Amino acid sequence: MPSNDERWLDAEAGPVVRPYALTQGRTRHAGASFDLVATVTATQAAIADLGSLAPEHMSVLQLARAPTTVADIASDVDLPLGVVRIILADLRELGLVAIRTPVVMAERIDKHTLREVLNGLRGL
Amino acid sequence: MDYGVSDPASGNPRTSSQHRAIKILLAGGFGVGKTTLVGAVSEIRPLRTEEPLTEGSLRTDSTVGVEGKTTTTVAMDFGRISLRSDLVLYLFGTPGQQRFWFMWDELAIGALGAVVLADTRRLADSFPAIDYFERRAIPFIVALNCFDGARRYEKEDVRMALDLEPELPIVLCDARSKESAKEVLIALVEHVLITASEEPLSGIV
Repeated sequence: MPSNDERWLDAEAGPVVRPYALTQGRTRHAGASFDLVATVTATQAAIADLGSLAPEHMSVLQLARAPTTVADIASDVDLPLGVVRIILADLRELGLVAIRTPVVMAERIDKHTLREVLNGLRGL
Repeated sequence: MDYGVSDPASGNPRTSSQHRAIKILLAGGFGVGKTTLVGAVSEIRPLRTEEPLTEGSLRTDSTVGVEGKTTTTVAMDFGRISLRSDLVLYLFGTPGQQRFWFMWDELAIGALGAVVLADTRRLADSFPAIDYFERRAIPFIVALNCFDGARRYEKEDVRMALDLEPELPIVLCDARSKESAKEVLIALVEHVLITASEEPLSGIV
């Protein structure tokens, strides 16, 4: 009998996700939401209770030593975005990371930035 | 390292030196060349996200007893282009069908704009994406991926077929070529600049 552990839905969708075991089944994170390109930076605060962190929390924390984005982290740790978001929110609650929405997200992208993007692309 | 956590109450005096991330969306049907285009112009990386199971898939999969587990993973095209040390362009390619719109809803917030990649042999595949961006007033352009062997159409024929506004740019591209992919992004940014010029100032000096 074939294993029922991995059920593929169709060609476009992968198997039903298991990584939420990492988040104790939580699918929503605590606190304010953050964008895919929000900047994540480790705060260098001391970890009070090492035992409360899963290896994945540690991997994410390592990646955030230099400022990076939520999407970059998810890609590097190879976990689904939703899982990475919950891990990041956990780390934020513990004061271990700061998550900031990029400046340009706050308002509409100004013309000066648009011209900078245009020049940057032309120079590629 | 020497950086601190900014105090939200005191504002952030270092705002101008912050890392700026700009999002561009790339939409289109399966097999239209999204992955190819992202790969041609940027450092492409794997990114997985989740998709709630739709009614259609629920019918084929028994989820009795696992009601809380109605999620599956979907791969997204994710590319980054460092324009300057403090200015990075992020490309997100997502499948075009309506059932993936929940992903776009998030991606679209604060995005510079979108490129709808279309194949003239399957123009109807791009209808949902065009509809999506039009309804949400997200600036976009249409890029026609010129597949080998596909009949070439006049841009204006495509404009008519897709019922696009006369000022909406339609560009021809070869998603495999870096130069061509770059031109597509440039066309989008130029379009956004023109659109922005026409709008009255929103009170921000």
